Amino acid sequence: MSLDPATVRRIARLARIGIDESDLQSLQGELNGILGWVEQLNEVNVDGVAPMVGTGHAALRIRDDVVTDGDCREAVLSNAPDVVGPFYTVPKVVE
Amino acid sequence: MSYTIEGRTGTWEIVVGLEVHAQVISHSKLFSGASASYGGEPNTHVSLVDAGFPGMLPVLNRECVAQAIRTGLGLRARINLESRFDRKNYFYADLPTGYQISQFTHPIVGEGTVEIELSDGTVRHIGITRLHLEQDAGKSIHDQDPTRSLIDLNRAGVALMEIVSEPDIRTPEEAGAYLRKLRQILRYLGTCDGNMEEGSMRADVNVSVRKAGEAFRTRCEIKNVNSIRYVMHAIETEAARQVEVWEDGGTVDQETRLFDPARNETRSLRSKEDAHDYRYFPDPDLLPLVVEQDWVDELEKALPELPDDKRARFQKEYGIPRYDAGVLVAEQAIADYYETVARGRDARLAANWVTGDLFAALNRTGRTIQDSPISAQALGGMLDLVSDGTINGKIAKEVFEDMLETGDSAADIVERKGLKQVTDTGAIDAAVADVLARNADKVEEYRGGKDRLFGFFVGQVMKAMAGKANPAIVNEALKKVL
Repeated sequence: MSLDPATVRRIARLARIGIDESDLQSLQGELNGILGWVEQLNEVNVDGVAPMVGTGHAALRIRDDVVTDGDCREAVLSNAPDVVGPFYTVPKVVE
Repeated sequence: MSYTIEGRTGTWEIVVGLEVHAQVISHSKLFSGASASYGGEPNTHVSLVDAGFPGMLPVLNRECVAQAIRTGLGLRARINLESRFDRKNYFYADLPTGYQISQFTHPIVGEGTVEIELSDGTVRHIGITRLHLEQDAGKSIHDQDPTRSLIDLNRAGVALMEIVSEPDIRTPEEAGAYLRKLRQILRYLGTCDGNMEEGSMRADVNVSVRKAGEAFRTRCEIKNVNSIRYVMHAIETEAARQVEVWEDGGTVDQETRLFDPARNETRSLRSKEDAHDYRYFPDPDLLPLVVEQDWVDELEKALPELPDDKRARFQKEYGIPRYDAGVLVAEQAIADYYETVARGRDARLAANWVTGDLFAALNRTGRTIQDSPISAQALGGMLDLVSDGTINGKIAKEVFEDMLETGDSAADIVERKGLKQVTDTGAIDAAVADVLARNADKVEEYRGGKDRLFGFFVGQVMKAMAGKANPAIVNEALKKVL
């Protein structure tokens, strides 16, 4: 699998990362390098082997339906760069 | 009932599938311990997990899983004992993590079916493709500030069930019937309150059109339609638009659209370029969800009687027509009310009173069955007086109105107003004789063959006796004399 410059641009856009045209070529090389490295996994034959989802034998943690959290508005808003009353804000997003 | 669009190039049929987002009834959120209850001061029903703080880990709520399984069982669907959670990636201001935890490749519930009934009595089965669990997003408020949108995360992370239908729906009416039936099932199960106005049930509508016998053409998705009526309008409007596009020689693009009820039109919502590129991948914070068949069986055993089963039982047990039974099981509270009235009494008479006079009274007073001014026991008490001949059907209406106004029992009202039915044949014979004497001309006409006048005589006698005479005895007495 190999990425062309247009695909690299598109991935950056979907991730909301702004990139300079001048960086495009080096990014393309880096991403293709990563993909090529991961693709080595395809060399292993896994026919008839169930997909592995983890190395441990742990089961999914599950909790009872009880309210144990929340009511911590100050903490929730503490990292927000701009707060209006009880809300955090973003630049206006309207269709 | 078929629904087609006559175009310039021929007849088109419509193909519709619905994705319903139903908010799960639970105390806390799907993956955090924050409250899932509606309302609350902005950003108070929020934990650091919901706010997407670094290092926070989701922990699944068992009850939300149970609710999804109950719903799956209610939709007669396959329960997948192993399911998985995936990340659906997109950026929006009210989605703090930048992804929604959903189930993509392995949903908890597989194929099922919903039976719908149309106004002409046709019964159809609409296939369910799947049901999966996912998180709701927060709320953006756009009208409080000229340059900024305000964000409230109280809803962020609340559990939703997305219920996807097969593209089996062919008319707007079927879409409406499907949504009503789905809502009824959810309410019976207690897994979602089905309140579309408050947004706890929302529909995305997939619409395409085709000529008879063709394969499916490209569909458009109309997002977030929040009433059954709007869903039906949106389908009509969008189908008409697509027919026009095709007939003008264009092609319909697969895209997300928005229904504007004020203008009765649909508009393109997102630029096509990024639509549906969610880059799903398995959520590395969550292992697969494995449920035991024993638990599923236990949940199934505890399910309430579902609407279809209840209707069938009402028809059989109470001998009432399918239509009436359908009306009575529309809501569980109505069904319970009816059963209290009907048990040990004339069940058909009970059905007539509940669906007739009682519903009319509730409508008039703006009440629901839960706060009915006449309890089921009180209505039953009145029917007892009809059955044992204490009052006749006409007086019963008067007693009913009085009960509505005063809240007194039927027996007290009959006593207070002296409404007890007259069965004394002597008194009735006297009234009959009197009426005939005063209407000698009509008696002649009747005997001359004008049979219709019999009803007139009955009416006159009843009037003379203030409506309290036993109608059967009056009929009898009149027949004898005439």
